[in-house]
Amino acid sequence: MRKKVLVIGFVGFLVLVLSGMALGKVAISGLFMKQAGYQESDIRAMTEEFLKQNPDIEVNLSFVAYEELHDKIVVAAASGAGTYDVILLDCIWPAEFAEAGWLLDVTDRLTPEDRADIFPEVLSSVTYKGRLYGMPWLNDWQYFFYNKKMLADIGGKEPQYWPEVMEYAEKMKAQGIVEYPIIDAWGQGEAVVIQWLQYVFAMDGKLFDEAGNPIMNQGKPLEALKFMVDNMNKGLFNPACIESFYEEVRRVFSAGQAAFGLNWTYMYNLANDPAESQIAGNAVLAVIPGFPDGRRSATCNGGMGLSILNTSKYPDEAWKYVTYLSSREVQKKYSQNALPIWKSLYDDPELVAQQPEVVKVAKEQIRYVFDRPQVSWYSQFSLLLSEELQAALTGAKTPEKAMEDAVSRTKEVMAKY
Amino acid sequence: MTTRLQKKEIYFAWALILPSFLFIAFIVFYPTAFSFVLSLFQVDLTRRAQGTPFVGLQNYAEVLRSSYFWSSMGRTAYFTVVSIAIEMVLGFLVALLLNQKFWGRGILRSLLLLPWALPITVDAIMWKWIFNANYGALNAFLTQVGILPGYRPWLTQGWSAMHCVIIADVWKVTPLVALLLLAGLQTIPRELYEAALVDGAGRLTSLLKITVPLLLPTATVVLVLRTLDAFRVFDIVYVMTQGGPANATKVISFLAYQEAFKFLHFSKGAALSFVITMVVAIFAYFYTKSMRKQIEY
Repeated sequence: MRKKVLVIGFVGFLVLVLSGMALGKVAISGLFMKQAGYQESDIRAMTEEFLKQNPDIEVNLSFVAYEELHDKIVVAAASGAGTYDVILLDCIWPAEFAEAGWLLDVTDRLTPEDRADIFPEVLSSVTYKGRLYGMPWLNDWQYFFYNKKMLADIGGKEPQYWPEVMEYAEKMKAQGIVEYPIIDAWGQGEAVVIQWLQYVFAMDGKLFDEAGNPIMNQGKPLEALKFMVDNMNKGLFNPACIESFYEEVRRVFSAGQAAFGLNWTYMYNLANDPAESQIAGNAVLAVIPGFPDGRRSATCNGGMGLSILNTSKYPDEAWKYVTYLSSREVQKKYSQNALPIWKSLYDDPELVAQQPEVVKVAKEQIRYVFDRPQVSWYSQFSLLLSEELQAALTGAKTPEKAMEDAVSRTKEVMAKY
Repeated sequence: MTTRLQKKEIYFAWALILPSFLFIAFIVFYPTAFSFVLSLFQVDLTRRAQGTPFVGLQNYAEVLRSSYFWSSMGRTAYFTVVSIAIEMVLGFLVALLLNQKFWGRGILRSLLLLPWALPITVDAIMWKWIFNANYGALNAFLTQVGILPGYRPWLTQGWSAMHCVIIADVWKVTPLVALLLLAGLQTIPRELYEAALVDGAGRLTSLLKITVPLLLPTATVVLVLRTLDAFRVFDIVYVMTQGGPANATKVISFLAYQEAFKFLHFSKGAALSFVITMVVAIFAYFYTKSMRKQIEY
């Protein structure tokens, strides 16, 4: 008798739970980063607004540092556990993740009208072999930043080319205005590769020849590395560049310990925010300098997209969330830390009024955006480059030897694919 | 001959062990076996088109042949030896001090545990900030005291970065070593010291003839634990340097992590982990063997 009651009770409980699940909310989870671009508070606020409009959906958010993002996604996707539905995808990962079969192909979900209104540079950050593996979201590339007051102190004007920057930097150093005039993110990892590539492309250099063979050990790529090493040895680049990532660049620049710096868009508003910066009002954003015998400028595409993992149980709800976050209204509202992906918004008077400086410079800088190599072995390539670049920067190897080694290691990796 | 009762007891014992055995089998044996099998195939998610062919010991051969593996091993060995040497000496001195009776000993003992109670990531982030080139506390201290003329970057040169990581490890782990050695000290009978005193032995003689030999078994256990831990060091490196500058702090666990999670070469990462396990197992074997030779008074 008692047993029967228990069984009935248990079945009743199960029915309640199951029906509760069916009637209840659909829960999706998203993985974002805490770094450049939209800040955590922005993403939480956007999500709140989305939830208000979609009471039947629940969204769980996780935030990690950029350096951890890749690994988190790998663990979640490889285990197939469906930990995350929506992930933030960096523009260097579509090849790798799509090859692994982890990303939902959303090519047919984006309407042609919308597609036509998105910058091609931004679309390319979520595209692999012609298929779309996410919704572009974070439209970002780097800029040159300078401290207006320090530049005025030596009577300089906005530099167009790196030799000018170096001339100013030498003057500032000689006059004791700032000990190390330039800060850049050369920490071991993706950062040092991006920053080096920007010098390489500004010099109009190439990493591979026509036949696809790596040629970093000659010409411009080698010259770019020497440019970094030499100017650091002269004390124009801060020696702490070698341990710096973008947040360190922001802190050093915002503390008035550098006159020049390179960083993503987000530094502009933070460096001019008195709560975050000691040089508020003096941080100016400009087009990245080039080289007189190379290009006027070069900036790395740092676009990121929102992708849906194949293990997601609710791809439709996830897509709804993704398209909300990247919608014109949301992107316009949160333009402070990242500019919209939509071309049409750049002539929108409201947006221009919100971000007059950034929009003006962005329109100029977008002409010099380059992509990093889109290959499925990019992680290995980037890592070996970062190791060799750091070896040269720390003086463990000469630049020639470092690039020589980079080429032979690249060939080893390529041989496997 | 086993009686029925004994048999019953054996079954009962098995029944008691079985749940935890199943549990351990599930979380330890199964993954271990699985990753061993993995290490014999080519499981590389960036090369899915090539499938996952059986490659035998090729992953192991590739690992053992590569120069980066051996340089990582060298770095790991250096880290292990230096950090443990400092931790043992410091820990021993602290334990000796705390074994004395003095006012405030209880408070000091609790304070000592603070670094050990911190999560290792917090410890690493804290030291990363202390060593920061532009706004680190170490630079501020050294320049204000007048030892250094100006700020300098500590984490950008291989030699100093490795030692910065070692300092972060020593700061965190010395309390644990001290505590374990203190426990060992407390088991040494007072009478031995009294007898030595009667025989006319000085403090140094008692230390060398009584304390050190009798502490040896505890010290060996601590040494084993610490070697196994230090050899697999990962968190501190991950947070403080990401293996940089120029790989100067790229220890063997970091290498395994990179293979598996950065490059998606799961099989090679598994092979690397087994190599690390083998090395650690060899250490453990020699330590336990030496532990059998103990001193009796």
